[in-house]
Amino acid sequence: MAVDTYRRPSPEELLRRVQAEERRQRRGRLKVFLGYASRVGKSFRMLDEGRRRKERGEDVVVAAIQLPATPDLEGLLKKLEVMPTIKATYAGRVYEVLDVAAVFRRHPRVCLVDELAYDNPPGSRNPKRWQDVDNILDQGISVVTAVNLQHIEEQQDEVERITGKRPRQTVPERFLRSADEIVLVDAALDDMMQRAGSREPVDVRRLSELRELALLLAADVIDDQLENYLRSNGVEVHWGTQERILVCVTPRSDAGVMLRSGRRNADRFYGDLLVCYVRQSNLSPADQRTMDANLELARELDASVHVLDGIDPIDAIMRFAREHRVTQIFVGHSAPNRWKEMWSRSPVDRIIQAAKDIDIRIFPHPQAQ
Amino acid sequence: MSEQELSKEGATPTAATAKGRLKIFLGYAAGVGKTYQMLNEGQELRRKGVDVVVGYFEPHARQDTIAKTEGLEFVQRKKIEYRGTVFEEMDTDAILRRHPAVCLVDEFAHTNVPGCERLKRWEDVQVLLDTGIDVFTTLNVQHLESLNDEVWHITGVRVRETLPDWVVDAADEVVLVDLTPEALQNRLHRGAVYATEKAQKAMQNFFTETNLTALREMALRHTAHEVEGRLSDLSVPARGPAYTARPGAEGPARHDRILICLTERPSTAMLIRRGKRVADYLHADCLAVHVQRNGASSGRGGHSEALEKHLCFARNLHIETHVLRGGDVARRIVDFAREQNITQIFLGRAGGNSILRVFGTTVHRVVRLARDREITVVAERRR
Repeated sequence: MAVDTYRRPSPEELLRRVQAEERRQRRGRLKVFLGYASRVGKSFRMLDEGRRRKERGEDVVVAAIQLPATPDLEGLLKKLEVMPTIKATYAGRVYEVLDVAAVFRRHPRVCLVDELAYDNPPGSRNPKRWQDVDNILDQGISVVTAVNLQHIEEQQDEVERITGKRPRQTVPERFLRSADEIVLVDAALDDMMQRAGSREPVDVRRLSELRELALLLAADVIDDQLENYLRSNGVEVHWGTQERILVCVTPRSDAGVMLRSGRRNADRFYGDLLVCYVRQSNLSPADQRTMDANLELARELDASVHVLDGIDPIDAIMRFAREHRVTQIFVGHSAPNRWKEMWSRSPVDRIIQAAKDIDIRIFPHPQAQ
Repeated sequence: MSEQELSKEGATPTAATAKGRLKIFLGYAAGVGKTYQMLNEGQELRRKGVDVVVGYFEPHARQDTIAKTEGLEFVQRKKIEYRGTVFEEMDTDAILRRHPAVCLVDEFAHTNVPGCERLKRWEDVQVLLDTGIDVFTTLNVQHLESLNDEVWHITGVRVRETLPDWVVDAADEVVLVDLTPEALQNRLHRGAVYATEKAQKAMQNFFTETNLTALREMALRHTAHEVEGRLSDLSVPARGPAYTARPGAEGPARHDRILICLTERPSTAMLIRRGKRVADYLHADCLAVHVQRNGASSGRGGHSEALEKHLCFARNLHIETHVLRGGDVARRIVDFAREQNITQIFLGRAGGNSILRVFGTTVHRVVRLARDREITVVAERRR
């Protein structure tokens, strides 16, 4: 249900917002073109954006670009002011270091920086190019830049699993997430194959996996931005574009099947997995062991685990589910008790009744399987 | 099959016979640059000597897009008069006669004006593909049937022109055309998307920052889903989505079969979309069943118009449908689920809010009788 409620922010919250806003206003804006492989066309998009901005009257310079450029980039570069980089040789390798001091002196409105993950040689102003960009932003100059998924620090394990390689040059994901705008540069696989030509074989599976990862990373960053936007505008929204699965565990039964299914469903939907348990007092040692095992498995499955308090467990679960924009609740049948069920409403009945706007998935009791 | 089975409709196999290749430029709103990119690629092919024509183009008075058509051959559109107004539609027969190597077709989800041979533009595109013509086309994510309820929920707009997901799943390529909402709003302000007055209206209603961001996120996730679907079609054993390499997660061994229980209630459409979407994401089989109470009969074929509509909708989404007869509806559903090795039963909510109505409804009886299967009671999403 899209119930928007306005929450009055506390004075501390207001102050924090004002300070954050001031910081944002002083700083330049960061825009990142994210690609899933080289040759998807990130640099082209970046330079093309620079050209358009310049044509609209903005003061744009290119501060770092890999030269010699390909013919299509060459055409765009002719229309732009390209600042020289500092050439440095270290351990037999030639480096092109972004000239931060020169950018400060020139002080354009917008600065285009290719290859955000570039490593500077020892003795440079900063070890990493993204730190150079950070300095430029602090001076109130906006930056448009391009980076490949492979170079995002936190994606290294996945990238290595897919490609077998671990790039040395990386940018921390938090820097990407701090961007004001992120654009995914997508390209069809057959176009990638054509661009590669006969020079090198293209691994379709590898490229597809990287592409999927890049799309999901961009979706994730955007989801964060949406949530920040809603929060800073005091809007609480009870819907999600993302599936959020809440598994309710109890001390009464082994939740293994439910938890694993929750993980698999969350993965398939590219969603989040949450696990909750409503605190009960005076658990028997056996129940305590079951509960501990359930929560341990939940953590192992990388779920966010929440312990709830409430006189009525169903109320507590529903309140939590709505606050966290849950889209599916997983619950288990309690142990069969036919006589009792004939005369009273079971918790499952009650949760179905209560959760009008959330899907309820009911799992068999482990003993019934 | 049980003798009580009244009818059964097999799901049509996905079009594997199509010889032409289909490439879809997927976006999240008008003005993100789908048509521009489609034309740009068409121009590149033309320069390489490929025989490219424009089958349908919707200029929307966007100067930079119109400029991109320069030098491309257009197939004349067909004029159709309907209720005193003349409409222009894609002339599929003329394209077939011209028979280019590649045909560019704007607005894949378009509904043809009554009087055309086919109801939907995507059906015209299927005809082109069947004769070996490659087609490039454009689509916004909100036109996907499976996302219809979410889009309505978020934006308040019930998108009427939808197309079944399998049409997109069967495409050879789906490319995301991304633009930030900031840039899109700038373009709207400059009047680059619509004429200014119309832009203002669009801004207020559909093009709010939250709507655009949510739709964009949907487009990104849906493209990831399309990429993943093509990945698991590759001969090499699939690993599942990129994020599944976790310890303790279920292996790929389990094969899900989902059963959607149809009733005559209007919310059944929502139930069908939800069940099918879950089935697609889990790579599960998807069946639908309706049980008719013994003695009840109305309308043609023994069932009502409302039910006929739901059955037809399910078949269009490539769901195998079954209509059964039985004295005890809940028991018949559960027996059928066991016969069919169903792993998950999808039910809609019973109407009304009164606690009294909960007891004894089909939903609660199925929940009680099928304690050995997973059951999903689907939310009735409202705004």
